[in-house]
Formats: sequence, structure tokens, C-alpha cells
Amino acid sequence: MLEIRDLLVEAGGRRLLQLDNLTLPAGQFVALLGPNGAGKSSLLKAISGEVGCRGELLFHGQSLRHWNPQERARHVAVLPQASSLTFPFSAREVVEMGLMPLSLSRQAGADVVRAAMIDADCLHLAARSFPGLSGGEKQRVHLARVLVQLVQAEKTPLLLLDEPVSAQDLGQQHNILRLAVRLAQQRGITVLAVLHDLNQVLRYGMRCLVLAEGELVADGEPEAVLTPHRIEEVWGYRPERYTTEERFALL
Amino acid sequence: MNRLPAIPAAAVLISLLMVGVVLSLTQGAVSMPASGSLTAIWDAVFSSDRSGLLSHEKVIVLELRLPRLLLAMLVGAILAQCGAVMQGLFRNPLADPGIIGVSSGAAVGAVLAIVVLPVAWQIWAVPTAAFVAGLLTTLLVYSLARSSAGTSVVMLLLAGVAVAAFAGAGIGFLSYFTDDTRLRELSVWQMGSLNGANHQLVLLALVGFVVLAIWFQRRAGPLNAFLLGESEARHLGVPVERMKLELIVLAALGVGIAVACSGIIGFVGLVVPHLVRLSCGPDHRRLLPLSALTGAVLLMLSDLAARTLVSPAELPVGLLTALLGAPFFLILLLQQRKQWSLSGA
Repeated sequence: MLEIRDLLVEAGGRRLLQLDNLTLPAGQFVALLGPNGAGKSSLLKAISGEVGCRGELLFHGQSLRHWNPQERARHVAVLPQASSLTFPFSAREVVEMGLMPLSLSRQAGADVVRAAMIDADCLHLAARSFPGLSGGEKQRVHLARVLVQLVQAEKTPLLLLDEPVSAQDLGQQHNILRLAVRLAQQRGITVLAVLHDLNQVLRYGMRCLVLAEGELVADGEPEAVLTPHRIEEVWGYRPERYTTEERFALL
Repeated sequence: MNRLPAIPAAAVLISLLMVGVVLSLTQGAVSMPASGSLTAIWDAVFSSDRSGLLSHEKVIVLELRLPRLLLAMLVGAILAQCGAVMQGLFRNPLADPGIIGVSSGAAVGAVLAIVVLPVAWQIWAVPTAAFVAGLLTTLLVYSLARSSAGTSVVMLLLAGVAVAAFAGAGIGFLSYFTDDTRLRELSVWQMGSLNGANHQLVLLALVGFVVLAIWFQRRAGPLNAFLLGESEARHLGVPVERMKLELIVLAALGVGIAVACSGIIGFVGLVVPHLVRLSCGPDHRRLLPLSALTGAVLLMLSDLAARTLVSPAELPVGLLTALLGAPFFLILLLQQRKQWSLSGA
């Protein structure tokens, strides 16, 4: 569905990311891991078209650059890490902005917005003023907005999540990860998420991409990828690994 | 959040507009029977003769008060909408054509056209020069103030100060070399006044307003998305670069027309959208039309005050809006400072 070939992202003469070949199939939940500055954000930005890059990004067989902006917005959504909105929109109005690239009747739009806000557990915030929400609440409102944005996709959509759980409390972290798993399994959405907690990756068993210094160093099942040896190589910390009831945990 | 629904708010504004229209037509330095002043308009439209006014009184109503009233409404509406659009574009509620220097820049263009070009060209040359100069100023200020996190308020205001100082010097320089008859005209440009109202200017402002109002309204959705951030707007399918350029050109066009009609009238574009946001929310689909109405009411009433408070003399209306707007601006600035200290920036 998304094929990346010979991708090169540079800034100021410095190589931020180099990927020879990467394919993300439909309906897969993919975790993007790596230390700070490894190129995770560069990858998301290259896919979402925010930074210039060389190489090919084929989405459903067509270069992402050649997608019509409106059409593309219905198929590729990006959850930002933080929000700079300071104007006093209500949370519901922010979610409703996700309707912009769509063509839905008023009633259908309202239903979609409501459903997305329930999914992202922010319906109770609907009437609150957005700038007054906490960081985690703001991010969940944006999550609802990007979910709305993808409801009219005709082909498998792609959802890019930039640190979707780093601002959330423990309960919300798992809600959001479960939601992402559900989106991938039930609606066939391909989800690419920047994550930091390796145990969450082990717990939800998604495919892992590990980036280090702008290159892909590992790609595969979490149990195979997240060995103490590799973690030490990439993050400079050697964890202990425990096995309980057919699951691993890292300390 | 307590918000007024848009339709009742619009109804209140339209009633205020009506009251303002009646007052503006009937009040002035020359006292005339109020009913006669209103019937004179009727007479002019249906070519009847029921007003019972003398012919010079009819001229006062039809050639002085009416065009001036219409121009005040149109310029007020244009300035308020341009203010709202600039604030959306700069993602900053402090942007105002006057404060960030766009009006000053446009005024230099207009004054240059008045001083340098033959009088016969002025009808079209003044608005054109005001537009071009306003556009260049907007592009300059925008490129100075933009950063990845929206626009920097400090840079925005400093750029405004610099441009205004430069424009003041430019206008001073030009007025030093011009003759006495044009001198008075030039000082009016700097303070803003509607007393040059005539049919051509009303027509120019009307065409400008209609075009801008329709165009801006069609961009209300993208403007909302802009407030989320440029990347977010791009991800929502908004062609950001094209939209920005288009809106900058249109806003500069509006300011250029307003300046060509009435000189620098500040703070309308700041105060009005802010009041509307406070009462009816920041959604541009409602903000834009309600700002136009409020701007029309505000400038019409200000102009009414400007020409009746010290009658038979008159104040430049720009002085009045500045008197009203400057304290308001300070309050907004204080609020922003509070936000900055909260966010630790």
C-alpha cells in the first residue's frame, strides 16, 4: 500500500534519514522506534509531505506528490505531537474541521464527529474551549479530528501518529493503543505510530521499525527485534528481559 | 462556553445599522427637518418631490451625507474583514492593518500618487498605488514575522513600528515638497477621514467590498484550518502556499481600497473581529459576515460622532477610532502577556 524506495531526507547538508526499501501493507499497526534524533519525525514528515525529500513514496501505486490534495487528505491523516491553536474554538469545532476534505450531509457529519469523539474518549470535552484543555486532552481531540478525516476513504487509508501516547496518562495510553489496534484490524487502516515504551510494543505485538542515526536497523516482530543486545546497541541501555505466560517484559 | 447564536447577533447588528443610517442622514452641522432628510432619499430613488427641502438642503443629504454614510459603512466592513483575515493568516489576534503597518504603507503609495501624478489620473492611480504599496508592505511584514510556530508578535509589532515610522517620514518628506492646497489633503491621509466621500469612491468601495466579502467567505473553511497550524491545514487538504498568497493579496487589496477612500483609519480591524470572537466564537464562517456588519456599524457611528461632536468643525474619524482602539489594544496585549507567562515563553 505504501512503498518507500531510496528515500533520502537532508537538512542543511546533514543526512537525517536514508531508507532503501520499506513497504507498509494495508491493515498493519506499525511502531516506529528509535532514540531521539534517529529520524522518526523525518520519516513521518517525508510521508506527509512536510519536508522535501528524494526518492519515491508510492501510495496505492501513485506517487504521494501527485495525489490531489483533497483526495490525499481523505487517505492520509497526521496526528500532531502538540497543538499551537490559541483561538477559542470548542473541542467539537476542532473535531469538525476533520470534515473539511469530506462531502457528508450535516447529519452524517455530526454522527461521524460524535462517533470519533467517543472513540478518542473526548466527547465529554465537546463544549469546552480547546485552548483551555490539558496537553493530553488536546491530543485526544486532535485524534478524533484525524479519525473523522479518514471516514470517506475509498482505498486503505494511512494514519500517522506522532507520539500519540507521550502526553497521556496510563489508562489513556492503553485506550489509544487498543483503538489503534482496532482501527488496523477492523477497518484495515494502516497505522504508523512513533512510540517510546518498548513494553507497550511487546504488549500489543505490532510490527516494529527501529531507526538509529537515520537508518533502519531492524524491522520485524517485537520479540525478535527487541532483544537486550539490540536495545543496548540502539539506546545505550541494557534491559533485563523476563518471560511470563508466553509474554516478554523488559526492565 | 457562552456564545451568542449568529442569527440573533446579526439581527441586532442590522437594527443598529438602521438606527445609525437614520441618525447619520438626519444629524449634521446644518439642521434640517429629520423627516424631510429621509424623504429626500425616497425622492431621489423614485424621482418624486415630497421632502419639502430646499435644493441646497437636498444636496447636503444626497451629495454629502449619503455618500459619506455609505462610504463609512463600506470602509468599516472592509477593514473589519481584512483584520479578521489577517489575524487568521498570521494566526495572531493582534494583527491589524493599522498596527502592522500595512495601512501606513498603503498611505505612502496613495500620497505618492497624489503628489507625483497629474490630478486627472488620481481616480484610479490613488487606489492602485495604495494597493501595490499595501501589498508590498504586507509581504515584507509577513516574511519578517513568520516562524515555524506561527508568527512572532514581537516581530510583527516591531515591523509595524518600523514601517509606520518610515511611512510617516515618507509622507512628511512628500508634504515638504508639495504645494499648500495638497498639503491639507495629505494630513487627512495620515489621520483618516471620510469627508472626501463622493460617488466614485462609494462605487469603488462597494465593488471592493462585494468581491472581498464573497471571496473571503469561500475561504472561511481554510482560514479555520489555518488556525490549527500550517502543517495541519496542509494535511486537511488546504493548498497552503497558494491560499496564503491569495489571502495576502486580497487583504492588501481591501486595505488599499480603504486607504484610498479614507486614509489611515486604525484599530477597526483589530477591535471588531475581537469583539465578534468574544461573543460569537472564532469560526470564520460566522466571524467574517458578523465582522463586516459590526465594522460597518462602528465606523458609521464613529463618523457620526466625528462630525457632530464639535460641529460645525469636524474631527478626523481616524482620531476617534484610535482613541477607542488604543486602550483596547493595550488590554489585548496584557492578556497575551499573561498567556506567555503561563506558557513559560
